[in-house]
Amino acid sequence: MKEFKGRVIAKGNFKGEACVSHEGFNTLASFQKSALMNKKNVIVSDQNNKDLFGVNITNKILCLPITIGSTTGGLVIQTVCDMKINPRAFLFSEEIDSLAASGIVLSKVWQNSNVICIDKLGKEFLDTVKTGDTLEIKEDGTVILLDK
Amino acid sequence: MIEYKMNLSNDQIEILEGKKGDTMRKMMETLVLFGDIFGAKRMVEVTHKEGHLVTSFGIPLLKPLFKTMEELNKEGIVAPGKFTLDPRPLDYKNVKCNFLEKLVFNKILYGKQSDYEKQLLKVGLKDLDSFSCTCYLKECGNRPKKGDILSWAESSAVVFANSVLGARCNRNSGMLDLFGSIIGYVPEFGLLLDENRKASWVIEVKTTKIPEAQILGSAIGMKVMDAVPYVIGLDKFIGTELNDDNEAYLKDFGAASASNGAVGLFHIDNLTPEAKELGKSLILENAKHYVIDDEELEKVYKSYPNMWKHKDATPELCFIGCPHLTLSQLIKWNSDIKESLAKHGKSKVNCRVVLTCAPKVKNELIASHKDVYDSIYKMGVTVSSICPLMYTNNPLVHGKAIITNSNKLRTYSMARYFKDQDILELITK
Repeated sequence: MKEFKGRVIAKGNFKGEACVSHEGFNTLASFQKSALMNKKNVIVSDQNNKDLFGVNITNKILCLPITIGSTTGGLVIQTVCDMKINPRAFLFSEEIDSLAASGIVLSKVWQNSNVICIDKLGKEFLDTVKTGDTLEIKEDGTVILLDK
Repeated sequence: MIEYKMNLSNDQIEILEGKKGDTMRKMMETLVLFGDIFGAKRMVEVTHKEGHLVTSFGIPLLKPLFKTMEELNKEGIVAPGKFTLDPRPLDYKNVKCNFLEKLVFNKILYGKQSDYEKQLLKVGLKDLDSFSCTCYLKECGNRPKKGDILSWAESSAVVFANSVLGARCNRNSGMLDLFGSIIGYVPEFGLLLDENRKASWVIEVKTTKIPEAQILGSAIGMKVMDAVPYVIGLDKFIGTELNDDNEAYLKDFGAASASNGAVGLFHIDNLTPEAKELGKSLILENAKHYVIDDEELEKVYKSYPNMWKHKDATPELCFIGCPHLTLSQLIKWNSDIKESLAKHGKSKVNCRVVLTCAPKVKNELIASHKDVYDSIYKMGVTVSSICPLMYTNNPLVHGKAIITNSNKLRTYSMARYFKDQDILELITK
Protein backbone atom coordinates (compact mmCIF):
# COMPACT_ATOMS: atom_id res chain seq x y z
CA MET A 1 0.00 0.00 0.00
CA LYS A 2 1.34 3.41 -0.93
CA GLU A 3 -0.14 6.84 -0.26
CA PHE A 4 0.05 10.06 -2.22
CA LYS A 5 -1.31 13.45 -1.25
CA GLY A 6 -2.43 16.16 -3.65
CA ARG A 7 -4.49 19.32 -3.79
CA VAL A 8 -8.25 18.89 -3.93
CA ILE A 9 -9.91 20.63 -6.88
CA ALA A 10 -13.20 18.73 -6.63
CA LYS A 11 -13.58 16.53 -3.60
CA GLY A 12 -15.05 13.07 -3.22
CA ASN A 13 -14.43 9.51 -2.04
CA PHE A 14 -14.06 6.75 -4.59
CA LYS A 15 -12.38 3.40 -5.11
CA GLY A 16 -11.72 2.22 -8.63
CA GLU A 17 -9.41 1.18 -11.43
CA ALA A 18 -6.58 3.40 -12.61
CA CYS A 19 -5.97 4.29 -16.26
CA VAL A 20 -2.56 5.91 -16.61
CA SER A 21 -1.40 8.28 -19.33
CA HIS A 22 2.26 9.17 -18.97
CA GLU A 23 2.06 11.73 -21.75
CA GLY A 24 -0.23 14.78 -21.84
CA PHE A 25 -3.80 13.60 -22.27
CA ASN A 26 -5.37 15.17 -25.36
CA THR A 27 -8.96 15.76 -24.25
CA LEU A 28 -10.63 16.42 -27.59
CA ALA A 29 -8.70 13.74 -29.46
CA SER A 30 -9.40 11.21 -26.68
CA PHE A 31 -13.08 11.84 -26.03
CA GLN A 32 -14.41 13.05 -29.36
CA LYS A 33 -15.13 9.76 -31.09
CA SER A 34 -17.14 8.22 -28.25
CA ALA A 35 -18.90 11.48 -27.40
CA LEU A 36 -19.85 12.20 -31.01
CA MET A 37 -21.18 8.69 -31.47
CA ASN A 38 -23.18 9.03 -28.26
CA LYS A 39 -21.52 5.91 -26.85
CA LYS A 40 -22.12 4.65 -23.35
CA ASN A 41 -18.40 4.47 -22.65
CA VAL A 42 -15.41 6.56 -23.63
CA ILE A 43 -12.86 4.53 -25.55
CA VAL A 44 -9.78 6.73 -25.87
CA SER A 45 -9.45 7.68 -29.54
CA ASP A 46 -6.21 9.68 -29.45
CA GLN A 47 -3.84 7.92 -31.84
CA ASN A 48 -0.85 9.67 -30.22
CA ASN A 49 -1.59 8.33 -26.75
CA LYS A 50 0.43 5.13 -26.59
CA ASP A 51 -0.77 4.31 -23.06
CA LEU A 52 -4.51 4.67 -23.43
CA PHE A 53 -5.46 4.51 -27.12
CA GLY A 54 -8.42 2.10 -27.30
CA VAL A 55 -8.88 1.89 -23.50
CA ASN A 56 -12.28 2.34 -21.85
CA ILE A 57 -11.93 5.09 -19.23
CA THR A 58 -15.56 5.65 -18.27
CA ASN A 59 -16.07 5.50 -14.51
CA LYS A 60 -12.36 4.77 -14.08
CA ILE A 61 -9.67 6.90 -12.44
CA LEU A 62 -7.72 8.79 -15.06
CA CYS A 63 -4.15 9.43 -13.93
CA LEU A 64 -2.28 11.94 -16.04
CA PRO A 65 0.31 14.72 -15.98
CA ILE A 66 -1.87 17.40 -17.61
CA THR A 67 -4.32 17.63 -20.49
CA ILE A 68 -3.22 19.01 -23.85
CA GLY A 69 -4.75 19.97 -27.18
CA SER A 70 -7.69 22.02 -28.36
CA THR A 71 -9.31 24.72 -26.25
CA THR A 72 -12.62 22.93 -26.65
CA GLY A 73 -11.15 20.68 -23.94
CA GLY A 74 -13.09 22.12 -21.00
CA LEU A 75 -16.41 21.98 -22.79
CA VAL A 76 -15.64 18.42 -23.84
CA ILE A 77 -15.06 17.43 -20.19
CA GLN A 78 -18.29 19.21 -19.23
CA THR A 79 -20.13 17.34 -21.98
CA VAL A 80 -18.87 13.88 -21.03
CA CYS A 81 -19.76 14.69 -17.40
CA ASP A 82 -23.23 15.73 -18.58
CA MET A 83 -23.50 12.45 -20.53
CA LYS A 84 -22.25 10.64 -17.41
CA ILE A 85 -19.58 8.77 -19.39
CA ASN A 86 -16.69 10.66 -17.79
CA PRO A 87 -13.80 9.19 -15.86
CA ARG A 88 -15.04 9.26 -12.27
CA ALA A 89 -11.85 11.01 -11.19
CA PHE A 90 -9.03 12.99 -12.75
CA LEU A 91 -5.75 12.66 -10.85
CA PHE A 92 -3.02 14.99 -12.06
CA SER A 93 0.63 14.49 -11.15
CA GLU A 94 1.35 18.13 -12.02
CA GLU A 95 -0.61 21.33 -11.45
CA ILE A 96 -3.86 21.06 -13.35
CA ASP A 97 -3.86 22.88 -16.70
CA SER A 98 -6.32 25.64 -17.56
CA LEU A 99 -8.44 23.58 -19.96
CA ALA A 100 -8.99 20.68 -17.59
CA ALA A 101 -9.65 23.12 -14.74
CA SER A 102 -12.30 24.83 -16.87
CA GLY A 103 -13.95 21.50 -17.56
CA ILE A 104 -14.02 20.49 -13.90
CA VAL A 105 -15.37 23.88 -12.78
CA LEU A 106 -17.98 23.98 -15.56
CA SER A 107 -19.12 20.47 -14.64
CA LYS A 108 -19.44 21.41 -10.99
CA VAL A 109 -21.18 24.79 -11.40
CA TRP A 110 -23.47 24.02 -14.34
CA GLN A 111 -23.99 20.23 -14.12
CA ASN A 112 -23.54 19.64 -10.41
CA SER A 113 -21.35 16.69 -11.45
CA ASN A 114 -19.82 14.34 -8.90
CA VAL A 115 -16.52 14.21 -10.79
CA ILE A 116 -13.49 14.13 -8.49
CA CYS A 117 -10.32 16.02 -9.25
CA ILE A 118 -6.98 16.16 -7.44
CA ASP A 119 -3.78 17.71 -8.78
CA LYS A 120 -0.13 18.07 -7.72
CA LEU A 121 0.21 14.39 -6.79
CA GLY A 122 3.83 14.40 -7.89
CA LYS A 123 5.94 12.65 -10.49
CA GLU A 124 6.35 9.56 -8.31
CA PHE A 125 2.59 9.06 -8.46
CA LEU A 126 2.63 8.59 -12.24
CA ASP A 127 5.83 6.54 -12.07
CA THR A 128 4.27 4.18 -9.53
CA VAL A 129 0.64 3.68 -10.52
CA LYS A 130 -0.06 1.36 -13.44
CA THR A 131 -3.17 0.94 -15.56
CA GLY A 132 -5.35 -1.68 -13.89
CA ASP A 133 -4.18 -0.86 -10.34
CA THR A 134 -6.86 -0.20 -7.73
CA LEU A 135 -6.83 3.26 -6.16
CA GLU A 136 -8.77 4.63 -3.23
CA ILE A 137 -9.41 8.35 -3.23
CA LYS A 138 -10.25 10.24 -0.05
CA GLU A 139 -11.92 13.62 0.01
CA ASP A 140 -8.92 15.25 1.71
CA GLY A 141 -6.81 14.61 -1.42
CA THR A 142 -5.20 11.37 -0.30
CA VAL A 143 -4.81 8.69 -2.97
CA ILE A 144 -4.00 5.17 -1.81
CA LEU A 145 -2.56 2.56 -4.12
CA LEU A 146 -4.04 -0.66 -2.80
CA ASP A 147 -2.09 -3.91 -2.76
CA LYS A 148 -3.04 -6.42 -5.41
CA MET B 1 -22.53 32.41 -2.18
CA ILE B 2 -19.48 30.27 -2.90
CA GLU B 3 -16.30 30.55 -0.89
CA TYR B 4 -13.54 32.24 -2.85
CA LYS B 5 -10.01 33.42 -2.24
CA MET B 6 -9.32 36.28 -4.66
CA ASN B 7 -10.04 39.94 -4.06
CA LEU B 8 -13.15 41.10 -5.86
CA SER B 9 -14.56 44.58 -6.43
CA ASN B 10 -18.00 45.44 -5.08
CA ASP B 11 -19.47 45.13 -8.58
CA GLN B 12 -17.97 41.70 -9.00
CA ILE B 13 -19.25 40.60 -5.58
CA GLU B 14 -22.75 41.78 -6.49
CA ILE B 15 -22.70 39.59 -9.58
CA LEU B 16 -21.51 36.67 -7.48
CA GLU B 17 -24.32 37.31 -5.02
CA GLY B 18 -26.82 36.93 -7.85
CA LYS B 19 -27.91 40.58 -7.91
CA LYS B 20 -27.64 40.62 -11.71
CA GLY B 21 -29.45 37.31 -12.18
CA ASP B 22 -28.70 33.66 -11.73
CA THR B 23 -27.01 33.14 -15.10
CA MET B 24 -24.62 36.04 -14.50
CA ARG B 25 -23.95 34.58 -11.05
CA LYS B 26 -23.05 31.18 -12.48
CA MET B 27 -20.79 32.74 -15.09
CA MET B 28 -18.97 34.79 -12.46
CA GLU B 29 -18.79 31.79 -10.14
CA THR B 30 -17.18 29.75 -12.91
CA LEU B 31 -14.57 32.43 -13.60
CA VAL B 32 -13.79 32.97 -9.90
CA LEU B 33 -13.46 29.28 -9.05
CA PHE B 34 -11.34 28.83 -12.16
CA GLY B 35 -9.07 31.72 -11.14
CA ASP B 36 -8.80 30.48 -7.56
CA ILE B 37 -7.38 27.17 -8.77
CA PHE B 38 -4.46 29.07 -10.26
CA GLY B 39 -4.00 31.48 -7.37
CA ALA B 40 -5.37 34.52 -9.23
CA LYS B 41 -5.40 37.45 -6.83
CA ARG B 42 -8.02 39.44 -8.73
CA MET B 43 -10.08 39.72 -11.87
CA VAL B 44 -8.68 42.09 -14.52
CA GLU B 45 -10.50 43.99 -17.21
CA VAL B 46 -10.61 42.52 -20.68
CA THR B 47 -9.07 45.41 -22.67
CA HIS B 48 -9.58 43.98 -26.16
CA LYS B 49 -13.34 43.74 -25.99
CA GLU B 50 -13.93 41.60 -29.06
CA GLY B 51 -13.99 37.96 -28.03
CA HIS B 52 -13.18 34.86 -30.02
CA LEU B 53 -15.04 31.63 -29.29
CA VAL B 54 -14.00 28.11 -30.14
CA THR B 55 -17.36 26.35 -30.25
CA SER B 56 -18.75 26.99 -33.70
CA PHE B 57 -20.50 23.70 -34.24
CA GLY B 58 -24.07 22.76 -33.46
CA ILE B 59 -23.51 19.19 -32.34
CA PRO B 60 -26.70 18.19 -30.54
CA LEU B 61 -24.86 16.22 -27.90
CA LEU B 62 -23.25 19.42 -26.58
CA LYS B 63 -26.31 19.87 -24.43
CA PRO B 64 -24.58 21.97 -21.76
CA LEU B 65 -23.60 24.51 -24.41
CA PHE B 66 -27.09 24.93 -25.87
CA LYS B 67 -28.69 25.04 -22.45
CA THR B 68 -26.37 27.85 -21.40
CA MET B 69 -27.01 29.73 -24.65
CA GLU B 70 -30.74 29.36 -24.07
CA GLU B 71 -30.36 30.85 -20.62
CA LEU B 72 -28.33 33.76 -22.00
CA ASN B 73 -30.90 34.44 -24.74
CA LYS B 74 -33.76 34.24 -22.30
CA GLU B 75 -32.19 36.82 -20.02
CA GLY B 76 -31.13 39.03 -22.95
CA ILE B 77 -27.45 38.77 -22.00
CA VAL B 78 -25.06 40.00 -24.70
CA ALA B 79 -21.27 40.22 -25.02
CA PRO B 80 -20.79 44.01 -25.24
CA GLY B 81 -17.72 43.87 -27.53
CA LYS B 82 -19.22 41.15 -29.73
CA PHE B 83 -17.16 38.14 -30.81
CA THR B 84 -15.85 36.12 -33.73
CA LEU B 85 -16.00 32.35 -33.85
CA ASP B 86 -14.20 29.28 -35.16
CA PRO B 87 -15.12 27.98 -38.64
CA ARG B 88 -18.37 26.26 -39.49
CA PRO B 89 -18.28 22.47 -39.79
CA LEU B 90 -20.03 22.34 -43.18
CA ASP B 91 -19.91 23.93 -46.60
CA TYR B 92 -21.89 21.81 -49.07
CA LYS B 93 -21.15 24.17 -51.95
CA ASN B 94 -17.38 23.80 -51.81
CA VAL B 95 -16.95 20.52 -49.94
CA LYS B 96 -19.44 18.24 -51.62
CA CYS B 97 -21.18 15.56 -49.62
CA ASN B 98 -23.31 12.67 -50.81
CA PHE B 99 -26.91 12.09 -49.72
CA LEU B 100 -25.96 9.83 -46.83
CA GLU B 101 -23.32 12.24 -45.55
CA LYS B 102 -25.76 15.14 -45.72
CA LEU B 103 -28.29 13.10 -43.82
CA VAL B 104 -25.79 12.31 -41.08
CA PHE B 105 -24.51 15.88 -40.92
CA ASN B 106 -27.93 17.56 -41.01
CA LYS B 107 -29.87 15.20 -38.81
CA ILE B 108 -27.29 13.81 -36.42
CA LEU B 109 -23.93 15.49 -36.16
CA TYR B 110 -24.69 19.14 -36.82
CA GLY B 111 -28.45 19.09 -36.50
CA LYS B 112 -28.46 22.13 -34.26
CA GLN B 113 -26.18 24.29 -36.41
CA SER B 114 -28.90 26.65 -37.61
CA ASP B 115 -30.50 27.04 -34.17
CA TYR B 116 -27.11 27.53 -32.59
CA GLU B 117 -26.17 30.31 -35.03
CA LYS B 118 -29.39 32.11 -34.15
CA GLN B 119 -28.48 31.82 -30.48
CA LEU B 120 -24.98 33.12 -31.20
CA LEU B 121 -26.25 36.17 -33.07
CA LYS B 122 -28.41 37.09 -30.09
CA VAL B 123 -25.48 36.78 -27.69
CA GLY B 124 -23.15 38.95 -29.81
CA LEU B 125 -21.72 37.15 -32.85
CA LYS B 126 -20.21 39.94 -34.97
CA ASP B 127 -21.72 38.78 -38.26
CA LEU B 128 -22.30 35.62 -40.27
CA ASP B 129 -18.93 36.01 -42.02
CA SER B 130 -17.02 35.83 -38.75
CA PHE B 131 -16.45 32.08 -38.71
CA SER B 132 -12.70 31.45 -38.84
CA CYS B 133 -9.88 30.29 -36.59
CA THR B 134 -7.79 33.16 -38.00
CA CYS B 135 -9.85 36.03 -36.62
CA TYR B 136 -6.63 38.03 -36.10
CA LEU B 137 -5.87 38.43 -39.82
CA LYS B 138 -6.31 41.98 -41.01
CA GLU B 139 -9.16 40.99 -43.34
CA CYS B 140 -11.06 39.55 -40.36
CA GLY B 141 -10.40 42.54 -38.16
CA ASN B 142 -10.30 41.00 -34.68
CA ARG B 143 -6.65 41.84 -34.09
CA PRO B 144 -5.54 42.79 -30.57
CA LYS B 145 -2.54 44.99 -29.90
CA LYS B 146 0.50 44.32 -27.71
CA GLY B 147 -0.39 44.16 -24.03
CA ASP B 148 -4.13 43.73 -24.55
CA ILE B 149 -5.95 41.36 -22.20
CA LEU B 150 -8.20 38.93 -24.09
CA SER B 151 -10.98 36.49 -23.34
CA TRP B 152 -10.42 34.15 -26.26
CA ALA B 153 -10.30 30.44 -26.88
CA GLU B 154 -9.15 28.43 -29.95
CA SER B 155 -5.67 27.19 -29.21
CA SER B 156 -4.15 28.37 -32.50
CA ALA B 157 -5.60 31.89 -32.13
CA VAL B 158 -4.54 32.17 -28.49
CA VAL B 159 -0.95 31.12 -29.17
CA PHE B 160 -0.78 33.52 -32.15
CA ALA B 161 -2.20 36.44 -30.15
CA ASN B 162 0.19 35.83 -27.25
CA SER B 163 3.30 35.17 -29.29
CA VAL B 164 3.06 37.15 -32.51
CA LEU B 165 0.88 40.06 -31.37
CA GLY B 166 2.15 40.25 -27.79
CA ALA B 167 -1.38 40.24 -26.37
CA ARG B 168 -2.18 38.37 -23.14
CA CYS B 169 -4.55 35.48 -22.97
CA ASN B 170 -4.68 32.17 -21.17
CA ARG B 171 -5.58 28.96 -22.95
CA ASN B 172 -9.21 29.39 -22.06
CA SER B 173 -11.68 26.68 -22.70
CA GLY B 174 -14.86 26.98 -24.72
CA MET B 175 -17.58 28.60 -22.53
CA LEU B 176 -15.06 30.51 -20.42
CA ASP B 177 -14.14 32.51 -23.52
CA LEU B 178 -17.75 33.68 -23.74
CA PHE B 179 -18.18 34.22 -20.00
CA GLY B 180 -15.13 36.51 -19.87
CA SER B 181 -16.38 38.46 -22.90
CA ILE B 182 -19.77 38.97 -21.29
CA ILE B 183 -18.61 39.74 -17.74
CA GLY B 184 -15.72 41.90 -19.06
CA TYR B 185 -13.18 40.49 -16.61
CA VAL B 186 -10.92 37.46 -16.51
CA PRO B 187 -8.94 36.02 -13.60
CA GLU B 188 -5.38 37.27 -13.55
CA PHE B 189 -2.95 34.37 -13.66
CA GLY B 190 -0.81 32.36 -16.06
CA LEU B 191 0.10 34.06 -19.30
CA LEU B 192 -1.43 37.34 -18.14
CA LEU B 193 1.52 37.82 -15.78
CA ASP B 194 5.09 38.80 -16.77
CA GLU B 195 6.71 36.05 -14.71
CA ASN B 196 4.82 33.32 -16.54
CA ARG B 197 5.79 34.63 -19.97
CA LYS B 198 9.39 33.61 -19.46
CA ALA B 199 10.78 30.59 -21.26
CA SER B 200 11.63 27.35 -19.49
CA TRP B 201 12.81 25.73 -22.73
CA VAL B 202 15.43 26.90 -25.22
CA ILE B 203 14.94 25.42 -28.67
CA GLU B 204 17.96 25.56 -30.94
CA VAL B 205 17.05 25.24 -34.60
CA LYS B 206 20.05 23.82 -36.44
CA THR B 207 18.47 22.66 -39.67
CA THR B 208 20.11 23.14 -43.05
CA LYS B 209 17.00 24.75 -44.56
CA ILE B 210 13.83 26.39 -43.33
CA PRO B 211 11.99 23.77 -41.25
CA GLU B 212 8.46 22.79 -42.22
CA ALA B 213 6.45 24.99 -39.82
CA GLN B 214 3.96 22.27 -38.98
CA ILE B 215 6.63 19.69 -38.08
CA LEU B 216 8.76 22.13 -36.12
CA GLY B 217 5.71 23.22 -34.11
CA SER B 218 4.70 19.63 -33.55
CA ALA B 219 8.19 18.61 -32.37
CA ILE B 220 8.33 21.51 -29.94
CA GLY B 221 4.76 20.98 -28.69
CA MET B 222 5.37 17.31 -27.99
CA LYS B 223 8.61 18.12 -26.17
CA VAL B 224 7.67 21.14 -24.03
CA MET B 225 3.93 20.42 -23.54
CA ASP B 226 2.52 23.57 -21.88
CA ALA B 227 5.82 25.35 -21.23
CA VAL B 228 7.02 28.51 -22.96
CA PRO B 229 9.75 27.83 -25.56
CA TYR B 230 12.31 30.41 -26.68
CA VAL B 231 13.35 29.50 -30.21
CA ILE B 232 16.84 30.40 -31.38
CA GLY B 233 18.04 30.09 -34.97
CA LEU B 234 14.71 30.40 -36.76
CA ASP B 235 15.10 34.11 -37.52
CA LYS B 236 17.85 33.34 -40.02
CA PHE B 237 15.23 31.56 -42.14
CA ILE B 238 12.14 33.72 -41.59
CA GLY B 239 13.61 37.14 -40.87
CA THR B 240 13.75 39.63 -38.04
CA GLU B 241 10.72 41.78 -38.89
CA LEU B 242 7.17 40.49 -38.83
CA ASN B 243 5.47 40.43 -42.23
CA ASP B 244 2.66 38.53 -43.97
CA ASP B 245 4.90 35.59 -44.83
CA ASN B 246 6.47 34.93 -41.46
CA GLU B 247 3.18 35.63 -39.66
CA ALA B 248 1.65 32.88 -41.81
CA TYR B 249 4.58 30.61 -40.93
CA LEU B 250 4.16 31.32 -37.21
CA LYS B 251 0.40 30.77 -37.48
CA ASP B 252 1.03 27.21 -38.72
CA PHE B 253 3.94 26.63 -36.35
CA GLY B 254 1.91 27.83 -33.36
CA ALA B 255 -1.15 25.76 -34.22
CA ALA B 256 0.97 22.61 -34.38
CA SER B 257 2.68 23.40 -31.06
CA ALA B 258 -0.68 24.07 -29.40
CA SER B 259 -2.41 20.96 -30.71
CA ASN B 260 0.47 18.48 -30.49
CA GLY B 261 1.33 19.93 -27.09
CA ALA B 262 -0.29 22.71 -25.13
CA VAL B 263 1.88 25.69 -25.99
CA GLY B 264 0.13 29.00 -25.30
CA LEU B 265 3.09 31.30 -25.92
CA PHE B 266 6.40 31.05 -27.74
CA HIS B 267 9.17 33.52 -28.36
CA ILE B 268 11.19 33.62 -31.58
CA ASP B 269 14.59 35.18 -31.02
CA ASN B 270 14.95 38.56 -32.78
CA LEU B 271 11.42 38.39 -34.23
CA THR B 272 8.37 38.20 -31.95
CA PRO B 273 7.54 41.34 -29.95
CA GLU B 274 8.65 40.29 -26.48
CA ALA B 275 11.78 38.55 -27.78
CA LYS B 276 12.71 41.74 -29.64
CA GLU B 277 12.11 43.84 -26.56
CA LEU B 278 13.58 41.64 -23.85
CA GLY B 279 15.81 39.23 -25.77
CA LYS B 280 17.38 36.31 -23.95
CA SER B 281 16.48 37.80 -20.57
CA LEU B 282 13.17 36.00 -21.20
CA ILE B 283 14.94 32.68 -20.67
CA LEU B 284 14.67 31.30 -17.15
CA GLU B 285 17.71 30.04 -15.32
CA ASN B 286 17.99 26.26 -15.65
CA ALA B 287 15.89 26.26 -18.81
CA LYS B 288 15.97 22.92 -20.60
CA HIS B 289 17.49 22.65 -24.08
CA TYR B 290 16.21 20.89 -27.18
CA VAL B 291 18.22 20.88 -30.39
CA ILE B 292 16.28 20.42 -33.60
CA ASP B 293 18.22 19.43 -36.68
CA ASP B 294 17.18 17.79 -39.95
CA GLU B 295 17.45 14.34 -38.42
CA GLU B 296 15.24 15.21 -35.44
CA LEU B 297 12.55 16.71 -37.70
CA GLU B 298 12.57 13.61 -39.88
CA LYS B 299 12.30 11.41 -36.79
CA VAL B 300 9.24 13.34 -35.61
CA TYR B 301 7.70 13.26 -39.10
CA LYS B 302 8.15 9.51 -39.34
CA SER B 303 6.57 8.97 -35.91
CA TYR B 304 3.14 10.05 -37.14
CA PRO B 305 0.98 6.95 -37.44
CA ASN B 306 -0.90 6.09 -40.62
CA MET B 307 -4.51 5.71 -39.45
CA TRP B 308 -5.99 4.84 -42.83
CA LYS B 309 -7.96 1.63 -43.10
CA HIS B 310 -6.11 0.78 -46.31
CA LYS B 311 -2.60 2.01 -45.61
CA ASP B 312 -1.62 2.50 -49.26
CA ALA B 313 -4.90 3.96 -50.48
CA THR B 314 -4.96 6.62 -53.16
CA PRO B 315 -5.85 10.00 -51.63
CA GLU B 316 -9.49 10.96 -52.16
CA LEU B 317 -9.57 14.32 -50.48
CA CYS B 318 -6.96 16.89 -49.51
CA PHE B 319 -7.38 19.69 -47.00
CA ILE B 320 -4.90 22.54 -47.06
CA GLY B 321 -5.45 25.24 -44.48
CA CYS B 322 -5.87 24.23 -40.85
CA PRO B 323 -5.56 26.84 -39.45
CA HIS B 324 -7.18 28.80 -42.29
CA LEU B 325 -4.85 30.12 -44.97
CA THR B 326 -3.84 33.74 -45.29
CA LEU B 327 -4.38 35.62 -48.53
CA SER B 328 -0.71 35.29 -49.48
CA GLN B 329 -0.78 31.55 -48.73
CA LEU B 330 -3.80 31.13 -51.03
CA ILE B 331 -1.97 32.96 -53.78
CA LYS B 332 1.14 30.83 -53.27
CA TRP B 333 -0.78 27.53 -53.28
CA ASN B 334 -2.43 28.58 -56.53
CA SER B 335 0.91 29.18 -58.21
CA ASP B 336 2.54 26.08 -56.67
CA ILE B 337 -0.29 23.78 -57.79
CA LYS B 338 -0.33 25.37 -61.23
CA GLU B 339 3.42 24.90 -61.61
CA SER B 340 3.33 21.31 -60.38
CA LEU B 341 0.44 20.44 -62.73
CA ALA B 342 2.38 21.92 -65.63
CA LYS B 343 5.41 19.84 -64.65
CA HIS B 344 3.27 16.71 -64.83
CA GLY B 345 1.55 17.81 -68.05
CA LYS B 346 -1.85 18.06 -66.40
CA SER B 347 -4.47 20.74 -66.01
CA LYS B 348 -6.53 19.47 -63.08
CA VAL B 349 -5.72 17.98 -59.68
CA ASN B 350 -6.29 14.25 -59.33
CA CYS B 351 -8.43 14.29 -56.18
CA ARG B 352 -10.73 16.68 -54.37
CA VAL B 353 -8.55 19.48 -53.02
CA VAL B 354 -9.93 22.10 -50.66
CA LEU B 355 -8.08 25.26 -49.70
CA THR B 356 -9.62 26.70 -46.55
CA CYS B 357 -9.61 30.32 -45.45
CA ALA B 358 -11.75 32.82 -43.53
CA PRO B 359 -14.90 34.03 -45.33
CA LYS B 360 -13.50 37.57 -45.32
CA VAL B 361 -10.19 36.40 -46.79
CA LYS B 362 -12.12 34.58 -49.52
CA ASN B 363 -14.11 37.77 -50.18
CA GLU B 364 -10.85 39.68 -50.45
CA LEU B 365 -9.40 37.07 -52.79
CA ILE B 366 -12.41 37.43 -55.07
CA ALA B 367 -12.37 41.23 -54.84
CA SER B 368 -8.67 41.85 -55.36
CA HIS B 369 -7.31 38.66 -57.00
CA LYS B 370 -10.18 37.34 -59.12
CA ASP B 371 -7.68 35.82 -61.55
CA VAL B 372 -6.21 33.70 -58.76
CA TYR B 373 -9.64 32.67 -57.54
CA ASP B 374 -10.69 31.63 -61.05
CA SER B 375 -7.41 29.80 -61.58
CA ILE B 376 -7.88 27.79 -58.38
CA TYR B 377 -11.32 26.58 -59.47
CA LYS B 378 -10.09 25.93 -63.02
CA MET B 379 -7.60 23.43 -61.62
CA GLY B 380 -10.44 21.57 -59.90
CA VAL B 381 -9.58 22.99 -56.47
CA THR B 382 -12.18 24.68 -54.25
CA VAL B 383 -11.93 27.43 -51.65
CA SER B 384 -13.98 26.89 -48.54
CA SER B 385 -14.34 28.39 -45.09
CA ILE B 386 -15.13 25.04 -43.53
CA CYS B 387 -13.41 23.64 -40.45
CA PRO B 388 -11.73 20.50 -41.84
CA LEU B 389 -11.43 19.13 -38.33
CA MET B 390 -15.15 19.26 -37.73
CA TYR B 391 -15.93 17.95 -41.21
CA THR B 392 -13.76 14.88 -40.67
CA ASN B 393 -15.41 14.07 -37.33
CA ASN B 394 -17.84 11.43 -38.47
CA PRO B 395 -17.78 7.71 -39.23
CA LEU B 396 -18.58 8.21 -42.91
CA VAL B 397 -15.46 10.28 -43.37
CA HIS B 398 -13.27 8.05 -41.20
CA GLY B 399 -12.99 5.51 -44.02
CA LYS B 400 -11.78 8.10 -46.54
CA ALA B 401 -8.16 8.52 -47.51
CA ILE B 402 -7.68 12.17 -46.57
CA ILE B 403 -4.35 13.94 -46.80
CA THR B 404 -3.41 17.24 -45.24
CA ASN B 405 -0.49 19.54 -44.52
CA SER B 406 -1.98 20.30 -41.10
CA ASN B 407 -0.57 18.71 -38.01
CA LYS B 408 -3.61 19.82 -36.05
CA LEU B 409 -5.96 18.04 -38.44
CA ARG B 410 -3.75 14.94 -38.34
CA THR B 411 -3.98 14.93 -34.55
CA TYR B 412 -7.76 15.11 -34.40
CA SER B 413 -8.71 12.96 -37.38
CA MET B 414 -7.67 9.97 -39.48
CA ALA B 415 -6.08 12.28 -42.06
CA ARG B 416 -2.47 11.62 -43.04
CA TYR B 417 0.02 14.42 -42.75
CA PHE B 418 2.36 15.18 -45.62
CA LYS B 419 4.88 17.95 -46.14
CA ASP B 420 3.82 20.73 -48.51
CA GLN B 421 6.05 19.47 -51.31
CA ASP B 422 4.72 15.91 -50.96
CA ILE B 423 1.14 17.17 -50.94
CA LEU B 424 1.82 18.97 -54.21
CA GLU B 425 3.17 15.81 -55.78
CA LEU B 426 0.30 13.68 -54.50
CA ILE B 427 -2.41 15.95 -55.88
CA THR B 428 -0.83 16.78 -59.22
CA LYS B 429 1.09 13.72 -60.46
